[in-house]
Amino acid sequence: MTVTSSNPEILSELDRPNSYIGKVVPRPNLGRLMQGRGLYVSDMELPRMGHVVFLRSPHAHANIRGIDAVAARGVPGVIAIVTGKELSAIITPWVGVLSHLKGLKSAAQHAIAIDRVCWQGEAVAAIVAVSRAVAEDAAELVRVDYEELEAVTDMRTALDPATPVIHPSLGDNLAFERNLDAGEVDAAFAGSDVVVEADFIFGRHTGVTLEPRSVVADWNTAEERLTIYQGTQAPHMVQNIAALHLGLEELQVRVVCKDVGGSFGIKVHIYADEMATYALSKLLRRPIKFVADRVESFNTDIHARDHRCWGRIGVGRDGVITAFEIDDLTGIGPYSMYPRTSAIEANQVVNLVGGPYVTRNYRARARVVFQNKNVMCQYRAVGHPIACSVTEGLVDLAAARIGMDPVEIRRRNLIADNAYPCASPSGLRFELLSHHAAMNKLMTMMNYDALRAEQAELRSKGIHRGIGIASFIEVTNPSAAFYGVGGARISSQDGVAVRLDAQGSVICQTSITEQGQGSESLTAQIVGSVLGVSMERVRVILGDTDNTPYGGGTWASRGAGIGGEAALQAAKILRGNILDVAAAILQSSAAELDIADNAIVNAADGASRMELRELARIVYFRPDTLPPGVQSELMATRHFVPREYPFAFTNGVQASWLEVDTDTGFVKLLRHWVVEDCGTLINPQLVDEQIRGGVVQGFGAALFEKCIYDERGQLTNASMADYLVPMSGEMPDIEVGHVVSPTSETELGAKGAGEAGTAGAAAAVANAVNDALRPFGAVITEIPLTPQLVLTALGRV
Amino acid sequence: MKAAAFAYARATSVGNALQLLETYGERAKVLSGGQSLMPAMNLRLVSPELIVDIGELAELRGISVSGGVVRIGALSRHVDLLKSPDIAEHAPLLAEAIAHVAHPAIRNRGTIGGNLAHADPASELPACMVALKATIVVRGPAGERRVAAENFFTGIYETDLSARELLISVELPMAGKNSAHFFHEFARRRGDYAMAGLAAQAIVEEGAFTDLRLVFFAVGDRPVLAKVGSGLLGRAVTPAELATASSALGKELDPQDDQQASASMRRHLAKVLLARGLSALLGRPDLHAGVRA
Repeated sequence: MTVTSSNPEILSELDRPNSYIGKVVPRPNLGRLMQGRGLYVSDMELPRMGHVVFLRSPHAHANIRGIDAVAARGVPGVIAIVTGKELSAIITPWVGVLSHLKGLKSAAQHAIAIDRVCWQGEAVAAIVAVSRAVAEDAAELVRVDYEELEAVTDMRTALDPATPVIHPSLGDNLAFERNLDAGEVDAAFAGSDVVVEADFIFGRHTGVTLEPRSVVADWNTAEERLTIYQGTQAPHMVQNIAALHLGLEELQVRVVCKDVGGSFGIKVHIYADEMATYALSKLLRRPIKFVADRVESFNTDIHARDHRCWGRIGVGRDGVITAFEIDDLTGIGPYSMYPRTSAIEANQVVNLVGGPYVTRNYRARARVVFQNKNVMCQYRAVGHPIACSVTEGLVDLAAARIGMDPVEIRRRNLIADNAYPCASPSGLRFELLSHHAAMNKLMTMMNYDALRAEQAELRSKGIHRGIGIASFIEVTNPSAAFYGVGGARISSQDGVAVRLDAQGSVICQTSITEQGQGSESLTAQIVGSVLGVSMERVRVILGDTDNTPYGGGTWASRGAGIGGEAALQAAKILRGNILDVAAAILQSSAAELDIADNAIVNAADGASRMELRELARIVYFRPDTLPPGVQSELMATRHFVPREYPFAFTNGVQASWLEVDTDTGFVKLLRHWVVEDCGTLINPQLVDEQIRGGVVQGFGAALFEKCIYDERGQLTNASMADYLVPMSGEMPDIEVGHVVSPTSETELGAKGAGEAGTAGAAAAVANAVNDALRPFGAVITEIPLTPQLVLTALGRV
Repeated sequence: MKAAAFAYARATSVGNALQLLETYGERAKVLSGGQSLMPAMNLRLVSPELIVDIGELAELRGISVSGGVVRIGALSRHVDLLKSPDIAEHAPLLAEAIAHVAHPAIRNRGTIGGNLAHADPASELPACMVALKATIVVRGPAGERRVAAENFFTGIYETDLSARELLISVELPMAGKNSAHFFHEFARRRGDYAMAGLAAQAIVEEGAFTDLRLVFFAVGDRPVLAKVGSGLLGRAVTPAELATASSALGKELDPQDDQQASASMRRHLAKVLLARGLSALLGRPDLHAGVRA
């Protein structure tokens, strides 16, 4: 069932007196964060804690001939200076491959480089001192003798025979290649009235979290146990990998994740410097803190995108799309990232191109090559912005060629809302999407026809505005198909434990994590709703491998859909258990009772029978008064993982309205609309803000953000002054609407919403810019759309 | 990203500050608002031995007007300029420009003296000083000297100020009768350093310029007082004359390439600014519309 409404309220059987599902309620952690009582890793001070600074390579590619740390060791306050070779006795190297990404190869990566550095910013030595400032002083005195090697920087020539092979043992610089050929592509193109092609270029960019990556690692020699305090999206994954490479049992590693200042996929990976920090703690037998500074963040936080994708589309005069074909190339730095690998984005591009449309004819090739630049990996909306920009860019080019309105051509090709379940040419299975309902809603929200009229009128006055449309699909709620089947120990299931405490409040432990999305809030909303307990009486505990069920964490838009369902199921069990004991106390039956407003009530008339507080008192302190044989169980745990569908696909459509100053090349965003369908909305405000935040990150890619490397592999804009993140001054109002098609795979019905905004924003903006430039005959298929690029396309500079 | 160790002195008077600067010379840095100095120190681009903090020197504060001159103390913060009725009335160009300087947090701490002494060629304020015919007042071991803004800025981050001198104040002639001004810059984001900017001060009488100072910034190693301005005095500017001026401006400027814009792009943007500036100063939309830079 698909529900369309401007302000979806809530759903059927979950609509109970304490129903918070579908309601805008303030997030429980707001007070803590707003009053500055959040606890971030950099706030932590432990006794005897050392601070590590990593000396990083100034070269993109060089042999390390020697390291002279004598002078640095003499700096007062220096605890140790540790090289890669020394640390390799403590921690083993890793290779970032997964077996289901056939042919993916990479080389062994060490926590600290040993003989050779492969990108500017790779750590060559760790300087541990009593403070970061002292460590930085000492770092200036460490002399490294480098022998500079030729750097591989241009992905287009990375596979040429003349280009040096970064890892000779691998034979070439090709990390991964995937080919797909579905339907009758050649015949389809041959039979098309029009075939349009273009090269799409995507700048390399990064996530720029407000809080940089931070770790405190504390090896307790007495307990033989390592506690890792880290802002991470996946505590159990960190636990597994730290244990594996330090030669420990998982039992010997605890990962604690308190407040996290933004992640966006940046904090879901295993970074060499973080691994080095764990190892240093074990080596030096004391707590070690590593907090990346902003320059390090730019040089070592994973980068993303950086694709060059040729694409072509065939259409008939009637607007029917006959085929898509793409050839995608991306450069990922010198190593495939661990453990999720750096082939996922290209793989996603292959999966997703053409995804919203009916055509069965699709051919794709994606190649992933090594370079001497910073590592690349999954960042918010992995692959989606590339696939969406290519697909939607081609659709607009085709529409322009046959003189059809961009909305009309989409309507003629989007999968019909009653065609589900169905699958894409790349084999993605869609349970239920709502492309047409979303498009219809978008048309109403933006008043499309009036906007087109306004555009035409302004055009006659020399004002060039454009409308850009981008339909998209989004991968959410990933099952084991994402990583587990490839051999990665990354859980796709999540668990939630709920218990009624002695005063009738609820303690809820969940394996999903919170980095600002609202995981804590949605969990409390679901648990409160199911139990009939007010939200302020629900305490949610997350981010601690000692104190939560085992699970995947929060990434790939999975927290609400998977962790939320586990919370719902656990709360249902607890609710049943509470009612059983209530029935025993009240000499009633569970079926005749209900829970509402923190009390046991009559199911029939809602009359209050007993406060939960009183029930808990009896259960915990006077169990002797319960009838013989009644043993209450006021704690329940449930896990959930999707089994039916590998991914719960969502869909949506975005539209951009902007103005191009054709004298200066500046693009001014005027308004933006998003209609998306993430199934059940648990907290509409959180969903809307997730969408808006995602859109803003998409704007960053579209207009501003780019890691600029020179030909020697030097990142030349590693600062907040030179790397342009989107700022509020340039942001338009972003209106968000919803279509609701719940997934039937869960009772909750929620799909993910975290990446929808990012998936389509850049495509909408690029299409709008090209729409604005159409009278000039200029087409730009590269982002970021800088003024320089626009003026160049207009032939003005 | 921690600064190297340094000694710190909070100057108790201008004399005391000058003494410290005399002793330490190039090894000392003056701390005013710290908005450029502190990041540079944290990045270890500079590692001064001594920081001379002049923040307590009341004599360097304040904005006053007398004798047809607006005097601005070196420690006046950007926010003070933004909010000053005197600046708004007597130096409206500066009032308009200051809103483009970075963001509120930076404007709350950054000072005009620090900004001018830092002499970033992409900064708004040096250009305004040249456009407004400001006099920069500096004091050193040999006493006070007064330098015309045009001669003060000598290169990228370079000024006429020696390491032993302190910038005390700037003096601006009050905007007179029939004066007009124009300020605009092209920056990727609000508050960023400009890719090209124009601060212009003019006197317009009966539709013609009798004085015109067009100062471009971010297009050279210092603010550039365009020579083309003097050729546009005393008559109604025609689109043809604007086109000629525009082409002459392109030859006059020698901008550098950087990540934001190529030299040719900066030159192009300067021409757009020229057309838009002249059009605005003269109230002549035809000039704006008529020229494709």
